[in-house]
Amino acid sequence: MAYSARQEEAGKIISYQVKIQGIVQGVGFRPYVFNLACKYGLKGWVLNSVSGVTLEIEGETAAVASFLKELKYHPPRLARITAIRLTPQDPQGYASFEIIKSECQGEREVLITPDVAICEDCRRDILNPAERRFHYPFTNCTNCGPRFTIIRDLPYDRERTSMSAFPMCRECEQEYHDPRNRRFHAQPNACPRCGPQIFLVDRNGREVAGNWAERFRQLILAGKIVAVKGLGGFHLACDARNPVAIGELRRRKKRPAKPLAIMCRDLDTVQKYCRVSPEEARVLLSPAAPIVVLERRPGSPLPDNLAPNLKSLGVMLPYTPLHLLLFDGEVEALVMTSGNLSGQPLVKNNDEALVQLGEVADYFLWHNREIENRCDDSVVKVMDGELQFWRRSRGYVPSPLEIPAPPRELSVLGTGGEMKNTFCLVKGNRAFFSQYIGEMSSEECVAFYHSSLASLTRLVNIVPQVIAYDLHPNYRISRLARELPAEQLIPVQHHHAHLASCLAENGLQEEVIGIICDGTGYGTDGCIWGFEILRGDFCSFQREVQLAYVPLPGGEAAVRQPFRMALAYLYQYFGHEGIERYRNFIPCSDKEVALVGKLLQSKFNSPLTSSCGRFFDAVAALLQVCRENFYEGQAAVELAELVRGGYSESYPFEIRQGVLYPAEVLAGILEDLKRGTDKTLIATKFHNTLVAMVCQGATEVRAKNGLNKVVLSGGTWQNPYLLVMARRKLTELGFDVYYHHQVPTNDGGLALGQATIAYWRSAACV
Amino acid sequence: MIGDKILLAHGDGGLLTHELISNLFLRHFENSILKTMSDAATLPLEIEKGRLVVTTDSFVIKPIFFPGGDIGKLAVCGTVNDLAVSGAVPRYLTASFILEEGLPLADLEKILTSMAEAARMAGVTIIAGDTKVVERGNADKIFVNTTGVGLVPEGVELGYHRVEEGDVVILNGNIGEHGLAVVSRREGLEFESDIISDCTCLNSITQDLLFQYKGIKLMRDPTRGGVATTVKEIALATNKDIFLFEDRIPISDEVRWAAEMLGLDPLYLANEGKFIAVVSPQEAPDIVAALRRLPQGQQASIIGEVKKGQGNVFLKTSLGATKLIDMLAGEQLPRIC
Ligand SMILES: [Fe+3]
Ligand SMILES: [Mg+2]
Ligand SMILES: [Zn+2]
Ligand SMILES: [Zn+2]
Repeated sequence: MAYSARQEEAGKIISYQVKIQGIVQGVGFRPYVFNLACKYGLKGWVLNSVSGVTLEIEGETAAVASFLKELKYHPPRLARITAIRLTPQDPQGYASFEIIKSECQGEREVLITPDVAICEDCRRDILNPAERRFHYPFTNCTNCGPRFTIIRDLPYDRERTSMSAFPMCRECEQEYHDPRNRRFHAQPNACPRCGPQIFLVDRNGREVAGNWAERFRQLILAGKIVAVKGLGGFHLACDARNPVAIGELRRRKKRPAKPLAIMCRDLDTVQKYCRVSPEEARVLLSPAAPIVVLERRPGSPLPDNLAPNLKSLGVMLPYTPLHLLLFDGEVEALVMTSGNLSGQPLVKNNDEALVQLGEVADYFLWHNREIENRCDDSVVKVMDGELQFWRRSRGYVPSPLEIPAPPRELSVLGTGGEMKNTFCLVKGNRAFFSQYIGEMSSEECVAFYHSSLASLTRLVNIVPQVIAYDLHPNYRISRLARELPAEQLIPVQHHHAHLASCLAENGLQEEVIGIICDGTGYGTDGCIWGFEILRGDFCSFQREVQLAYVPLPGGEAAVRQPFRMALAYLYQYFGHEGIERYRNFIPCSDKEVALVGKLLQSKFNSPLTSSCGRFFDAVAALLQVCRENFYEGQAAVELAELVRGGYSESYPFEIRQGVLYPAEVLAGILEDLKRGTDKTLIATKFHNTLVAMVCQGATEVRAKNGLNKVVLSGGTWQNPYLLVMARRKLTELGFDVYYHHQVPTNDGGLALGQATIAYWRSAACV
Repeated sequence: MIGDKILLAHGDGGLLTHELISNLFLRHFENSILKTMSDAATLPLEIEKGRLVVTTDSFVIKPIFFPGGDIGKLAVCGTVNDLAVSGAVPRYLTASFILEEGLPLADLEKILTSMAEAARMAGVTIIAGDTKVVERGNADKIFVNTTGVGLVPEGVELGYHRVEEGDVVILNGNIGEHGLAVVSRREGLEFESDIISDCTCLNSITQDLLFQYKGIKLMRDPTRGGVATTVKEIALATNKDIFLFEDRIPISDEVRWAAEMLGLDPLYLANEGKFIAVVSPQEAPDIVAALRRLPQGQQASIIGEVKKGQGNVFLKTSLGATKLIDMLAGEQLPRIC
């Protein structure tokens, strides 16, 4: 009896209304539901609603249960379900399962997905000679392909993307309308017959005859530099195994030292050159396919001039079919550095490329699909098994972050920093970051900023009422901010913004201790800050501890030339005598010593700084690691490379009345140098000292204010050893430690802090 | 004369004052108008044709002696150049002095000598003056004020209103020399080779140019704030954009190196023997060619272009980027991380 009752139960028809929230639009969710319903023989319908996806499903109990289970545990690759709400209802007697046209009322809240790396299915398609998309570089499907970079406006339909120039052929059209097809409603769907085309041209724009891919590889193997138009802009490519080609690229791009990213044919190739942890492999292969900073295998057969003086290397995998087709048995690793002129945004148009990159590239591999939104590659690092963003851009933008928000809903823009600029639009508890804009040093970048701002404002439907900007009087970005239309303009101190950025991404609202280790930030006293322990929340902050001020002899010149900081520190703590006594340790000419010495003495053009970056510079120069910074943070990065684990010694220091005095640190380093101590040990001791400073400083603030939560922010925290050790030691001391894992700890994450501070000040602070 | 330093008594109107004036000032600035020693100078000026222009400037430079000049030469050239770039023929100067007690008389004499020399070169007559002495610490050695009177010849009309889109910007030579010469002497900085101030009177050049080239529409001397600030002022006053070309802005290797060492932007360094001219594009090549034949114009160059806009100045860098040029707001604090 019982058995038959259960059977009866199982055969019973049940019906549910299901509401699904999260990233469920533009990711092939409806066809997925359609196919899933078909698989289990269920009836009903599915549609995109204002708040997500709504469906009704009915059929036999067991089948419905299996359907729901699969929906929950195996959603489409790009979907992220945050909530499923089931409402049982009487069976409606549906005869089929249908995809219903979208509801179009209410405020649009459809999230645009980022660009997605080629999926396995598409990869198979383009490598299969029997497929009509064999070797077609613009192949994509609902699970992969361009999104953000081709969108002009919402709603996300083909006619509002740069694919509008390519009407679909009959076959593509059929795929597009067939819910059983992987390309159902894939907006950029295309094939060799109807889609974009690729061209290999010379410097005069004349097409090079022959098979483009074969010719490209011949050129690469011959040591040529080719500008390749990809998803978000041009890359400059050359053979990553050819030091002469790399040297030539560096010379032409006027980029003597900054590490160059490479793209490898496949994961095996990456593993040949670098150590790859399972987590790193996962990130390399993820839909975002960022540049992952990996550790090079000792003796790896790649030339040193890819990343001079560094053990690390930025590596990515081919993320579009076009990139995939660049490689073969012989070409397995390409330098793929951003195709721009120094201080200017990524080149995105063909004609622009000929003009701007005409003296850098020998050839151009370009296509006739317009890039609507330029987007540089993202750069990430896996530290202790966790993802850290160094640059959050392609593959992640414009996905929002969830942040704490006060009850009053506002629209806010954080305009960002002067370097590594990104901006951030916040509304309610969602924060949308822009793509990487970069250095605001040229009007070309300013124009890029304006167009990105207009575009993101449109795509996420946030028109800012309140605009936050950095206090620095000479920041181009702050001037830009003040010229934007807004109801309210709120200046935010740089390191308060760093603190708030870390608070926001960790969902905190309360007052915390903020340990800010950074390069340059304009302080409320007119000095350049950079190593401060703050106490604060979104509304306000106090500086509790700072590194003792030293002069920056020559202002910005001191940032470019670490040897000046070595002289500044020596002068500060040991006077002219000190400079004379330790002259041998300072990598500069007598002329330079004399002049910088005079600057220090007269205080001419020598603003004061407590920068952590400059402290690193001074030590790096004393260790003869780096006398001149050719890229931001070079000295600090090269110094960090020397560190080795398992060594706990450090130098003594002093904190008096909230000021950190490093006199004994310098004395100790100089003593070690005189004794001929191994530089790796000195560098490690220096790092350990910073950890000790941070710990002691935080402990003193806790003793005074009883705060136990610590946030770590600022560019210096990109230093892996420093982050890992400080986290560990602070945790041992009983602190709750928070740091960045969704936005960069460098100025690329600044905008979030600016926006949240302005938001709270405008909507919630007393 | 008593002693070798300026005393308070040199300024009390008594015997010492009288001695100072007749022995020093009159001796150096000797001319018939000054000699009358009346309360006011009478100027034998014919102003039926042309227009009379007046300008005044105070000089408080530190140090008072620098490579290539001193405060006296500067006080003459500065005011003469203000007249010159207004299109005027400078004619008369007045000179007032505020002296700090204790100033060595030898220094004063040196300053007056070079003032007289500069005035002679510029063809101007010093026709009136005044001297006061203040207690030690109430002034810094010597302050000089000069007022200049000049005559703008008929047919010469310079002004912002004449500047049009398409005009070009000419500079007569290397930038930054005065600013660096002064700074390096003041701060005790020594460079490989001395950087010499370009301090000089420009009126003979400007007069000739204005006589020959009617396409000259505006002239300015890029003194305090340098070329950047002066060009920005032109852009603002004309409400047009000006594009400067980094590669074409003349600058000596020594200045470039020294500016780099000091962390200074040469575009903002003061000049005292330079003028910026906004001229019609047709005449520009001839003007540059003419300038290059002169000793003070060998590095003359077209450095920019006037375009439609809203008073912005842009610098096209040698790397091909465009940078916005603004007036300095206080110190140039580092922006990079
Ligand atoms: Fe920062
Ligand atoms: Mg003047
Ligand atoms: Zn695909
Ligand atoms: Zn097609």
